[in-house]
Amino acid sequence: MLQSGEWAYTEKLKEHFESPKNILQGNDTSGFDGVGMEGNLQCGDQMMVVIKVDKETEKINDCQWKTYGCASAIASTSVLSEMVKGMTLEEAFAVSPKDVTKELGGLPENKIHCSVLGDKALRAAINDYYTRNGMQDRVKKEQAKTICQCMSITDHDIEEAVLEGARTYYELQEHTKLGTVCGQCKDEAEAEMQKFIHLHFGA
Amino acid sequence: MKPSRQIYFDHNATTPLHPEVKKEMVAAMEMFGNPSSMHAFGREARANVEDARRRVAAFMGADESEIVFNGSGSEGNNTVLSLFACGTSQCFPGMKPKIVTSRIEHPCVLETSQCLVHRGVDVSYLDVDAYGKIDIGQLEALLKSGGVGLVSVMMANNEIGTIQDIAAISAMAHQYGALMHTDAVQAFGKVPVDVNELGVDFLTISGHKIYGPKGIGALYVRKKTPYCPFIRGGHQERGRRAGTENTLGIMGLAMAVDMRKAEMEAEAERLVGFREMLRKGISERIDDALFNGHPTDSMPNTLNVSFPGAEGESILLYLDLAGIAVSTGSACASGSLDPSHVLLATGVDAERAHGSIRISMGRSTTLEEVEYLLDVLPGVIERIRNMSTAYI
Repeated sequence: MLQSGEWAYTEKLKEHFESPKNILQGNDTSGFDGVGMEGNLQCGDQMMVVIKVDKETEKINDCQWKTYGCASAIASTSVLSEMVKGMTLEEAFAVSPKDVTKELGGLPENKIHCSVLGDKALRAAINDYYTRNGMQDRVKKEQAKTICQCMSITDHDIEEAVLEGARTYYELQEHTKLGTVCGQCKDEAEAEMQKFIHLHFGA
Repeated sequence: MKPSRQIYFDHNATTPLHPEVKKEMVAAMEMFGNPSSMHAFGREARANVEDARRRVAAFMGADESEIVFNGSGSEGNNTVLSLFACGTSQCFPGMKPKIVTSRIEHPCVLETSQCLVHRGVDVSYLDVDAYGKIDIGQLEALLKSGGVGLVSVMMANNEIGTIQDIAAISAMAHQYGALMHTDAVQAFGKVPVDVNELGVDFLTISGHKIYGPKGIGALYVRKKTPYCPFIRGGHQERGRRAGTENTLGIMGLAMAVDMRKAEMEAEAERLVGFREMLRKGISERIDDALFNGHPTDSMPNTLNVSFPGAEGESILLYLDLAGIAVSTGSACASGSLDPSHVLLATGVDAERAHGSIRISMGRSTTLEEVEYLLDVLPGVIERIRNMSTAYI
């Protein structure tokens, strides 16, 4: 008989959940150079990331956060805040959910979607820094691309469906109702789906 | 101070075996005869199965011939609902394939209902009020519209503890010629359950919620009620449930029932005291604690509370680290993306549902454990809210 059930999470994640690093104390963000927020309370996950930037080197020298969410959401923001310290803005902008997941030693598949908000909030904070410092040209918005014209479904919706577990075209349709009118977007939608499966779950 | 053992506040999920149940099952462990065999081995097993049936029946005021042993509460509920997909078949030409149930049923009722819709059954769902009580006026309107074959409403809700007035619902169902089923998996053994006082035609119970073993349940089927086996191919249980009887499980269930009979009343009084102590202590020590469920028409052991700004899985896991086991209605802990369908049905918003925990006590719960929870919980909520974006 096995004696003790392992956590669904890795030891690294458990450490970051038990002792989260770099939590923003209080609500004052005025001392920071960039602020970004993603998600919402109704969905069960919301993250705010704030950064201090060395203007000369464009390196992030402090990153703090607040998170409303489950253990993997808390731990992934905590680990992200450690990862990006010392990175240049360009490097930090390129951090993907997969990098965060890897740093945590992996996440259960149904928890992957909890880790994608931290890096989005970070990119929002970096864009905020560019905006505040007159570098509008460097702001990189994540433009949604419409895949299914009939139902107005974007690549972001497809990414969300993949994170929620869609792996086949049929499941993708169940999640998004995409391709249920004229059906012309099937090939493009499948390609997008495969891209996101590879991005988030690929080896 | 952290206690030496983990504290269990999740009795609505499952319960530990009662020591007497364990003793009974260990003593019976080597009895292997098939109750259907005519020889001595079989007769011994048969005698024990039938003795168990009498004891289970007696505790709910039923006749022993009305008890069908099965594998679980889920099986009992699946069995009853599935009867009504046969409305157009040869078996029950008169069966009216229209079911009325509620929005706060266990998933084994809701998902079976959804499946029945695909098989041509018309299913309606009763709304509930802010306390989780069904709307009896809405029920009457649905019954008046005609053709309803079955009303299925759970007696006590597993998440929020709210108890329905099953006797009144049964009376109304019968008035309009519908049969009545109640899922009493949570209520049975916590509050008095008598099939005649309730007036039900079907009633579902499960062993592991009452300190009995897992994998055993029973379905009460009132005499002369239309019935069709869910599992076919054997004469066991008077042809109502095929499969060699789970003799050990059945004996464990009967002993668990005997123990409920002996302990339930005093325990309920003690647990109501603890429940109210928790309600008061939590309101005094934690800001914005919102209680879910009915304040009085509720199971003695269950308290469901939301902490806006704190997400339920985090609360559950920080409490787990402190040695306390509770459950949550948060989406994150369930593997789905939607929070508790029960809480949403009571009209609370998603944030409140995500931030809910269920504390469910039991026969082993002590005053010290309740006090420890009250000591630990405020710090956990404060810690989570401090790192939460909810208060920016």
